[in-house]
Amino acid sequence: MRRVVVTGLGLVTPLGGDVETTWKNLIAGKSGAGQITRFDASNQKCTIACEVKAKDHEWGFDPDKRVDHKVQRQVDPFIVYGIDAAGQALEDAGLAEMDDALKERTGVSIGSGIGGLPGIESESIVLHERGPGRVSPHFVHGRLINLISGQVSIKYGLMGPNHAVVTACSTGAHSIGDAARMIRDGDADVMLAGGAEGTINPLGVAGFAQARALNMSMNDRPTEASRPYDKDRDGFVMGEGAGVLVLEEYEHAKARGAKIYAEVVGYGLSGDAYHVTAPHPEGKGAELAMRMAIRKSGLEPSDIDYVNAHGTSTMADTIELAAVKRVLGDDLSGASMSSTKSAIGHLLGGAGAVESIFCILAMRDQIVPPTLNLDNPDEGTEGVDLVPHEAKKREVRAVLNNSFGFGGTNASLVMKKVD
Amino acid sequence: MSDTADRVQKIVVEHLGVEADKVTQDASFIDDLGADSLDIVELVMAFEEEFGVEIPDDAAEKITTVGDATKYIEEHKG
Repeated sequence: MRRVVVTGLGLVTPLGGDVETTWKNLIAGKSGAGQITRFDASNQKCTIACEVKAKDHEWGFDPDKRVDHKVQRQVDPFIVYGIDAAGQALEDAGLAEMDDALKERTGVSIGSGIGGLPGIESESIVLHERGPGRVSPHFVHGRLINLISGQVSIKYGLMGPNHAVVTACSTGAHSIGDAARMIRDGDADVMLAGGAEGTINPLGVAGFAQARALNMSMNDRPTEASRPYDKDRDGFVMGEGAGVLVLEEYEHAKARGAKIYAEVVGYGLSGDAYHVTAPHPEGKGAELAMRMAIRKSGLEPSDIDYVNAHGTSTMADTIELAAVKRVLGDDLSGASMSSTKSAIGHLLGGAGAVESIFCILAMRDQIVPPTLNLDNPDEGTEGVDLVPHEAKKREVRAVLNNSFGFGGTNASLVMKKVD
Repeated sequence: MSDTADRVQKIVVEHLGVEADKVTQDASFIDDLGADSLDIVELVMAFEEEFGVEIPDDAAEKITTVGDATKYIEEHKG
């Protein structure tokens, strides 16, 4: 069977415009949260978010590095983040330049949960106030979810599978799992896989607030608002950004002497069949996805050293934890589990990809990132290492990453170090 | 450069992300400035906004250079 390894990484997050800046800040326990600056949020129930910082910020993002000026004007932020993260990943993998044969064997699968909501909102206002003749000719293709994959393919000449997953907050994890399968099935030798989101706009914030999903009680304390597993958690903090991985067939990577970060060994998927926004109260769907991923990996549950939880800082955190305990054991067989959403917020369609990259870096550096703000752990967390407040050095050979989305869609990934 | 030509140049630079010195009156939007047909639709909308003129589709189709745009605007602005 063809094996699939990770050979390149790219990140745009509220903690940095690249992989190393983000990781350094994450391990240092910094928070990307603050008051919303992108628009006047003073009339919103939620006024805070984890925004990608402007380029003049200490850990800001400079879109001019990899995204043409013209493209930036035409598309929504999620596409800009996605194109940049894809470029970073290709550069990291040493694949920024490829011959034509390899371009035909390289595909892109970078999705998004929601897509171009800011542009849909603003052009809708143009339509109503000024008429259909003023709507931008770039409106449609600047908002479509598959247009990260499209733009990246055009920019780098990649002619392999061109795909985009749309499974809400599971998008990033499904993208990686599905792209790995495309390589395994021989559709491609290299795949750019990941997810992006950029919905910190009035309609996006209001929509999630009205769905009672966002934290609305700590507007005056933004860096404390995302607090997974804590008794006072009260909803997620919206993040934005992108994560993209270069996945590559193992022999192909080895033959060209590529740096190999990790192997994608297990992928599990399931549906909750329960409710549009609430998770199954017993976490049955989550459990099914985790069990499938571990079974396919050929590993034992006790081989997992680190779990990057979905852990959004909502009531669902302890449901997920109970499911993880059923799969790994009451003490998680010694594994550490943390939610990095405590630092970067919830990147929605980008979350699974960004968090998979954190898992890979945990294996690279043998350190697990912390769960911030875990001051008073909730019931059910006893005996589990949730890595409160500070990063922790430990052995990390195999990891499990969970992502769950609205509609009851679940994805789990297992990755391990390649010796 | 006339006031109209100056403002046309500014809009083209902003929309297409090209160097100002490339935006000569002879420059073709597609051949010299890297625009596609949708970029021209967007530019025409921006000219209409800036100069308060209406550029109907059949007239817009004949605008292929920066000079064509400047000339049309000069002739039709109120």
